[in-house]
Amino acid sequence: MASEAAAETAAKPRGGRLCTICNTKRAALKRPKTLEQICKDCFYAVLEDEIHRVIVDNHIFKRGERVAIGASGGKDSTVLAYVMSELNRRHDYGLDLFLLSVDEGITGYRDDSLETVKRNEIQYGIPLKVVSYKDLYGWTMDEIVKLIGLKNNCTFCGVFRRQALDRGASLLKVDKIVTGHNADDIAETVLLNILRGDIARLSRCIYSPNAYRGFAREFIKDLERIRPRAILDIIKSGEDFRIATHTKMPEQGNCERCGYISSQKWCKACVLLDGLNRGLPKQGIGRTRGLDAERNKDSRETNGTQSLQSKQCGSLDF
Amino acid sequence: MQLTLEFGGGLELLCDSIKIHNVNVEPQGEEKKITVRHLLSWVRTNLIKERPEMFMKGDTVRPGVLVLINDCDWELSGQLETVLEEKDVVVFISTLHGG
Repeated sequence: MASEAAAETAAKPRGGRLCTICNTKRAALKRPKTLEQICKDCFYAVLEDEIHRVIVDNHIFKRGERVAIGASGGKDSTVLAYVMSELNRRHDYGLDLFLLSVDEGITGYRDDSLETVKRNEIQYGIPLKVVSYKDLYGWTMDEIVKLIGLKNNCTFCGVFRRQALDRGASLLKVDKIVTGHNADDIAETVLLNILRGDIARLSRCIYSPNAYRGFAREFIKDLERIRPRAILDIIKSGEDFRIATHTKMPEQGNCERCGYISSQKWCKACVLLDGLNRGLPKQGIGRTRGLDAERNKDSRETNGTQSLQSKQCGSLDF
Repeated sequence: MQLTLEFGGGLELLCDSIKIHNVNVEPQGEEKKITVRHLLSWVRTNLIKERPEMFMKGDTVRPGVLVLINDCDWELSGQLETVLEEKDVVVFISTLHGG
């Protein structure tokens, strides 16, 4: 057993390997991307530096732009809020940052996470805007669940959330929205889209709820255990996916009702809202062959939350 | 052997929503050492109250559960074969519960 002296130190060296970057501190993790064994501080440094490079190389922001940070209070968006405020300060991007949160109106659900977002507001000095489903759509999720039950409410929540970010961004008059996703989420989305044969979605932005993803997630985590780079490789495959020029792609237009971007006559949120308001809450849910198929050709396999990915991110056409 | 175990990212829900457990684990049978392999089966028997499949798969943690030993990823210390020492802090974090 450890000697008395060693036992007193909480974090004693184990394996004793030093960080391959700074060569002074003990390595704390093996980076899947490079397999380098590095310490915490060096990990933060290289990660922030890589993000900065991506921002600069791709000219993602222009000085003076207003940028909304989609903030759920979870780990991904909290990291995003930190990194954005830090890089904006460190490299003087000259951006006006805002935190943008969505309150679905689920009793007890957002309380903790909205507290986290409020903490982010103070910590990073970024003003916070919370948009609620009630304000945007006239319905809280609690009210929707009361009407349609627990089974299909994820469809409403997912579709409404995606639009809520855009509408909130429009209220804040921002030029851009940034959302936080981790590599696991993106790899999972790429994989699911390929498995579904849904090429159209691959070439668009990725926004993913966590509801339906169990198997794909477990699969990619199994892959990662065998080959740590597997997750990044899958993302790369998704990015490099090329679509034959004769493949018919859904066209982007605008919803005839609310003007929101949509590949259909009406956007998904308007279809769902129309159903709610007319007392036909099942409208727009489930497999959309048959009656609904004409209006929503794009969403063949719509069940639950998948349909929200048929909205293009990145532009704010209302 | 005194160990501090911490559960996060939703895993605490499997053990009565308690995040930090100060526990005493003894070596099994002939063994003098306690490895993480042994610790995992001990945790499964003694701390996990429900849905053990959320925590383990086969004899190891479910893919997507991070294991930190004294703030260091267990990949660097030998994973299941890591030999634990008195007062070690072992943290389990699920990354499968969304961002």
